[in-house]
Amino acid sequence: MSALRGIITVWQRELLIYSRSKSRIFGSLGIPLFFLIAFGFGLSAVIKVQGTNYFSFIVPGMIGMVLLFQSIFSGLNMISERQFGFMKEIMVAPVSRISIALGKTLGAATTSTLQGLLVLLISIPLGFMPTQPWWMILLAIPVMLLIAMGFAAIGIAFGSVLSDPQGFQFIMNFLVFPIFLFSGAFFALESLPQWLRAVTFFDPLTYGVDAMRGLMLGLNHLAIPVAVVVLIIFDAVVIIIAARLFNKIQ
Amino acid sequence: MKNGSAIRASKLTKKYGNLVAVNAIDLEVAQGEIFGLLGPNGAGKTTTLSMLSTMLPPTSGKAEVNGFDVAEESGKVRESIGMVFQDPSLDLDLTAIENLDFHGKLYEMPAEERRKRAKEVLELVGLSDKAKVLVKTFSGGMKRRLEIARGLMHTPKVLFLDEPTLGLDPQTRRGIWDYVKKLSETEGLTVIITTHYMEEADSLCGRVAIIDAGKIVALDSPEKLKKKAGSETIQVTSSDNGKLLKLCKKAKCYQANGSVFFQVKDGSREMPRIVLGAQKNGIEIKSIELHGSTLEDVFIRLTGHRMREEELDSKDQANHRMRQWRKSR
Repeated sequence: MSALRGIITVWQRELLIYSRSKSRIFGSLGIPLFFLIAFGFGLSAVIKVQGTNYFSFIVPGMIGMVLLFQSIFSGLNMISERQFGFMKEIMVAPVSRISIALGKTLGAATTSTLQGLLVLLISIPLGFMPTQPWWMILLAIPVMLLIAMGFAAIGIAFGSVLSDPQGFQFIMNFLVFPIFLFSGAFFALESLPQWLRAVTFFDPLTYGVDAMRGLMLGLNHLAIPVAVVVLIIFDAVVIIIAARLFNKIQ
Repeated sequence: MKNGSAIRASKLTKKYGNLVAVNAIDLEVAQGEIFGLLGPNGAGKTTTLSMLSTMLPPTSGKAEVNGFDVAEESGKVRESIGMVFQDPSLDLDLTAIENLDFHGKLYEMPAEERRKRAKEVLELVGLSDKAKVLVKTFSGGMKRRLEIARGLMHTPKVLFLDEPTLGLDPQTRRGIWDYVKKLSETEGLTVIITTHYMEEADSLCGRVAIIDAGKIVALDSPEKLKKKAGSETIQVTSSDNGKLLKLCKKAKCYQANGSVFFQVKDGSREMPRIVLGAQKNGIEIKSIELHGSTLEDVFIRLTGHRMREEELDSKDQANHRMRQWRKSR
């Protein structure tokens, strides 16, 4: 089978499954929504960041959070699929492992991006006020996809190595949360002490949130092309790792 | 294809460290056969199937499926086989037809052909009226049938069924057997089936390989295997089984699971002789039973242990856990 058709088939399946799963679509909007309401509304009165109200400031961060969580978990969902489900059906088909891994990564990234867009849409009636022109906001969509691809690949990589969902807690506490909290989702990078700021530059989500904030609010620290290049490099590295680990599954 | 063989394996072996899961199996299955791999759980049936379906690389030995080497031409092997796994592998959130359609796409079938074939295979397993129903509403038997239909979707030459009726009730089980028989007739398909249900192997398979601890201990048609065992089996429990076993002269006898088994031609004649012989030697007979030989008797004679004991329970437990898990999703 041509590699591309394999990728597309696997990707289509992920999208169809996603469209059927209402609980997944709406369930995952809960946390970002509550964060927006509690922190956004709660702190908007007292905090202004870089001249913007706090609610608008954290919207890109919340989108980043949804991308991060959804991508990693879609990838990790593979563990249960491997144990009982559809995975075997794909694995015995004449489709290369690489195609399957890429299709899954792309599928998880696409569905996460759709979730991210939902957060963006919901935040507008709640009071999100982008300052940039509409075409820049549209440019945030490919950036979302870039963010999601990398984290989806991380999920696939863990899903290939772990044989049961026991490692969830560990990944959650020592990978997902630190990535989220140190990404500048809640704060401006320049307000951090020097050493902590250095830490945030090892966090790939920092670049994603910064680029989205730039495209929506004009509040970026790094030039947007720089952030995009960093994301592309990050994606390439983790996708290669994920594909290799996926290839080793027996 | 060489000599019309669907499957050909020689010295096929799979080792996990020191554990030999499959030990130098030789196997030849002709096209159009329904061939059974019979044995207890852990005997190496699924491992054998996994190697034949290219899911697992053999440690040593060779195997050909439809004339293609499983190690070197895995792509061609995959295109020419259908697989129904032991554990359910359907997409529960999709409809029957969507499940089939994805399968067709994975096997590069054009859209028109997918539509036509999906209709055909659904018809074949009696699910035509459920085409647009979500699979999660299906009963266990319907899911199984859909999986069989999916395995057939790309018109494979060989269909592998790994414990196809595990966890199904007897009536549904018989229904599945009927479908499999019909398939091999209408589609001229070769079917390789693993099972630990004697009855299943007996009523379904043209030939059966009995596997125990990674080795084939017998291979023949169920009738011939049973004939070899003697047409009837007398099962005796006594105060001294060891002594009773020594009395056995003509018949084929063995001791297993606290009983002595006599495999004889004419059980009703032999029974009184056994009772008399036991009395003469001061052995007290606690129970005596006569039944027509089954594959289970053949298995016990060949391996010295029963086919299914606790392992069935552990399997059922696993299934139960899985169902719980699925519900909790």
